[in-house]
This record gives sequence, C-alpha cells and structure tokens, in this order.
Amino acid sequence: MAAVSPLLQTRGLSRSFGGLRAVDSVDFSLDAGEIRAIIGPNGAGKTTFVSLVCGRIAPSAGTILFEGVDVTRLPAHQRVKRGIAYTFQITSIFANLSVFDNVALAAQRRLIDHAERGGSRFSPADLRRGVAEALERVGLADRAEQAAGKLAYGHQRLLEVAMGLALEPRLLILDEPTQGLSDAEIDGFIALVRDIARSATVLLIEHNMPVVMALADRITVMNNGAVLAEGTPAEIRADSAVQHAYLGTPDDD
Amino acid sequence: MAGRATTRALLLHLAVLAALVVLYWLLPDYHRGVLARVLVLAVFAAGYNIVFGYAGLLSLGHAMFFAAGIYGAGLPVYHLDWGVGAAFATGVGAGALLALVVGMLALRTTGVAFMIVTMMFSQVFYLTTLYFTQWTRGEEGLVLPQAARRLALPGLEIDLSDPASRYFIAVALFSVVLMASFAIVRAPFGRVLVAIRENEERVRMLGYDVFSNKLAAMVISGAFCAAAGAAYAVLFGYIGSTFATIQYSILPLLWVLLGGAGTVLGPLLGTVFMFYVVDITSGYTSAYLLIVGVALIVLVLFFPKGVLGTIRERWLRWLP
Ligand SMILES: Nc1ncnc2c1ncn2[C@@H]1O[C@H](COP(=O)(O)OP(=O)(O)OP(=O)(O)O)[C@@H](O)[C@H]1O
Ligand SMILES: [Mg+2]
Repeated sequence: MAAVSPLLQTRGLSRSFGGLRAVDSVDFSLDAGEIRAIIGPNGAGKTTFVSLVCGRIAPSAGTILFEGVDVTRLPAHQRVKRGIAYTFQITSIFANLSVFDNVALAAQRRLIDHAERGGSRFSPADLRRGVAEALERVGLADRAEQAAGKLAYGHQRLLEVAMGLALEPRLLILDEPTQGLSDAEIDGFIALVRDIARSATVLLIEHNMPVVMALADRITVMNNGAVLAEGTPAEIRADSAVQHAYLGTPDDD
Repeated sequence: MAGRATTRALLLHLAVLAALVVLYWLLPDYHRGVLARVLVLAVFAAGYNIVFGYAGLLSLGHAMFFAAGIYGAGLPVYHLDWGVGAAFATGVGAGALLALVVGMLALRTTGVAFMIVTMMFSQVFYLTTLYFTQWTRGEEGLVLPQAARRLALPGLEIDLSDPASRYFIAVALFSVVLMASFAIVRAPFGRVLVAIRENEERVRMLGYDVFSNKLAAMVISGAFCAAAGAAYAVLFGYIGSTFATIQYSILPLLWVLLGGAGTVLGPLLGTVFMFYVVDITSGYTSAYLLIVGVALIVLVLFFPKGVLGTIRERWLRWLP
C-alpha cells in the first residue's frame, strides 16, 4: 500500500497561543482506509492539531496536504467540501433545532454539492432518506423530532457523529467521541466506527484505551505539541517512552 | 411527519391571506385604510425578520433599505414622470443593491459592532437625503401628484389613491412577501440561516460559507424592505427623509420582537398590534408613548419570544 500518496499529510505544522507551542512542527501522514488513533495526555495538542487539519483554526507555520493538494490556505467550509469532517470534542450541536434538522444540515450540504457537480437536484424525500440513514446508523432514528438539546449527553455525542456521517466524508475526525457514553453504548460505538471505516478514513482522538486498542490500525502519540511515537497498537504498548509519558504503568488495565 | 406539518402550516398561511381579503368587506372605512398601511409596514417587518429573526443579525439600520425603496420609486415618479411599475422595480433594485454593498462591509463585524456599523450606514443615508434637499425636499418631503399615481396595465388603469385598489395592492404585496418568506424558511437555505443564528462555527464546520449565506439574507431582506418602501411611496404618495431616521430602524425591530422573531406570521401580528396600541391609547391620553412603553415591557417580560414565538414553543411546534 506504499505506492499511493497518503490521504492526509502535514509538514512542520505548528500553532502557538501566545508563547505556548500547542502544536510544534508536526510531520504526520495518514493513509486512506486507515483507522488512526491519536492519544496523549490532556493539553498535548491533539484537538489543536486536528483543528488545524480541518481549518477551524489557522496554523502559525507548516503545510497540510489532503489527497496530495495543498489545503493550508483553504477556508474550513471548502475543506469540508473536499471531504474533511470534524466532530467537536465539546458537543456542538444546534440545541434548539430538532435532531432531524441537525442532521439535515449536514445531509443537504452533501446533496447540494452533488447537484453542483452536475448531479440531479435533490428532493425533500432525498433529504429525509439521507437523514434517516445517518440516524439509523447511530441508533437515533426514533428521536428525529425531538429537540437536540433535550437528548441525553451520550445521545448528543452520537448526534455529532451522525452529522459527520451525513456529510459522507473521506476523512472523519472524531474528537473524544466516547466521552460520557455508557459501557453498552461504547460497545455499540466500536461497531459503528468499524462500519464507518469501510467507506471513510477515521482519525480518532481517544482517551479510552480499550477503545483505541480495539479500533486503531496505528496509533500516534502526542505530548507537548509534538509527536512522541507512532506505530501499531502492539508497538505503542511496548514503547517505554510512551509508557513513561502517558500510559503510566507498563500494563494499562 | 415533515410533509404533514408543511401542509398544515401552508393552509394556515393561506387562510390568513384569505381572511385579509375578506376583511375588506367587514371593516369600516377607517380600518380599511389603517390595514392597508399596516400591511405595507408588515412587509417591511417581514424583510427585517429574515435578517434578525432567522439569521440572528441585529441590524439597527434597516431604515435605509425602506427609504431606498421610497426614494428609488418616489424620485423617478416625481422628477422624471416614470410609470409606477418601473419606479417600483427601481425602488426594489435600489434596496437590494444597497443591502449588497452594506452587507459586504457590515458583515465583517458581529454583535455590537454590527449594530453600530449598520446604524452608521443608515445615518449616512439619512444625511444624504438631507444633503440633496433640492431633489428630496428633506424633512418636508415631496407629495407625489395624484395623476402620477396610476398603475397602467394592459387594458386597465388602476388609480392607486383609490382606497379599494390601495387595499388590495397592499394585500397582494404582503401575500407575495409572506409566501416568499414561507418558502425561504422551509428551504435548505432557511435551515442554514437558523443554524447560523444558533451556532455559527458549527455551520462553518458543516461546509457552509457563513458570510455568503448572511449576505444573501441581507440582500433578500433589503429587497423586501425596499419593496415596502416603494409601495408606501406610490400608494400613499408621500416621500420624506423621516423614513430614513433611526426611528424607522427601531420600529421593525419592535414589530418583529412583539409578533415573534423567527416566525413567518409574527411580523404581521406585531405590526397590527403596535399600530392599534398606539392608535387606541393616543385617543385617550397624550401620554400614549408611556403606555406603549409599558405594554412593550410587559410583553417582553411575559412573552420574551413574542406572541407567535411563545405560541410555537408551547403549543404549535410545527409553525414555521
Ligand atoms: N484557543 C486557545 N487559546 C489559548 N490556548 C489554547 C487554545 N486552545 C488550546 N490551547 C492550549 O493549547 C494546549 C493544547 O490544547 P489541546 O486542546 O489541543 O489539547 P488536547 O490534547 O486536545 O487536550 P485534551 O485531551 O484535554 O482535550 C493546551 O495547553 C491548551 O490550554
Ligand atoms: Mg482535546
């Protein structure tokens, strides 16, 4: 699989806040079809790094290539159109709108883009179908008419994921999606990400190590804004620098 | 589900329009005149509602769009003897163009800065109408000659100073704007505007160009407000710089707040309500502004989302 160019690549990507180098010259590469986990202690720069990738914040230095194209200067909404979707670490749904409308905003974006690229115009029925599919996949189909803000926290996290799914992205960035989910919900979530990974590349920031070990093809470890280590789950488990900085004990759980 | 709610909402709006037509035969003369004027002002409010109620942009300068319609239609009629139809179209175009230019500049700001910038632009417009006094007669204004206020259609000439034609033209204009608002807020574009109001950053991260969507809302809003202004000029025959003062930027805000920001019928309700509160109280006491103020405070305390906004929240979730 080495011959094709990577889906996502960053070179010397940096971002400072005042004197703090939140992301410090990160070279990163992600192949299409992978499930990649990014782990690291609180404040390591994980959210800042993926925010640079999706265009939510601007880098201080460095470049970002997506499918071989330099997207460093592209505004966020155009990166989304190219297939980068980001689900927020801090739940960021439209609380006063219905669950349906939340997902419809994502689904109609994809349908509009399809029409702009010369496809057929979409009907309200197409939109309803797209929303229903995304809600079905995360298990919220029976809550479409509810106000999103009235959902339980775990369900709001799943709604975030459904919004990402409805965009049908090439790269889906999930920022701590299992935070606040129950154990049963986490099992369902692992199955969901495996399902998503059949059609999209997944970049997953996660603190829950069993989830990371169950899902990730490869793991990138960040610390103090830099990449500390990268490898397969087994390699990362065995890496002493990682154990020292992050895992704490040699045999976490 | 979604389909049935749309049908129900559509029927309600059509019923309101039908009721406005029927009211002509039920109302005494005085109230027919009032309603014609209120309907034109409700168009102004409906235009403001697109930007404020749906996109969540608090503009304090919408008087300039209303006045752009008034002058854009009124000046050509007065000075150039233009026909009413062409003048109306010019008024609407002037408002839309002004909204495009102002939007491109003002939408770089948000919040309080946006309020101030829109207010300043409107103030510049007002001062401009005074500066060109030889054309506009400033505060004193111009009265359009009755002979000029005729709408010539093939095989038919309508005298716009006639109360009946005035009433039905006002109803027709209001109907067009009401149904256009209905279509806009039900469309994907309307969903994006509401989402921008709720959480701008999330909208951006769903792949929308927030600036362009806001700008589109401004232009539509400017066109609606200018349509109200242009209709006001040709129906009531008076154009003056009063319509460009800050008062006419505040009024649509109050009407929309009263009726329910972000509801399609709210602007009409708010405009009717406010007009009659002023009308009735001013008949009893010279301190009517005090009573209007108290009424506003009571409404904002008990109906913070306006009349229709509260009704939607408590009972009619399907109201657009
Ligand atoms: N907008 C900001 N302004 C100032 N400092 C910031 C900002 N965003 C992040 N930081 C700082 O940058 C560093 C990295 O933060 P970031 O949110 O990327 O960490 P993280 O790895 O996602 O942590 P967590 O696991 O807690 O989510 C932290 O020290 C944080 O305080
Ligand atoms: Mg984070």
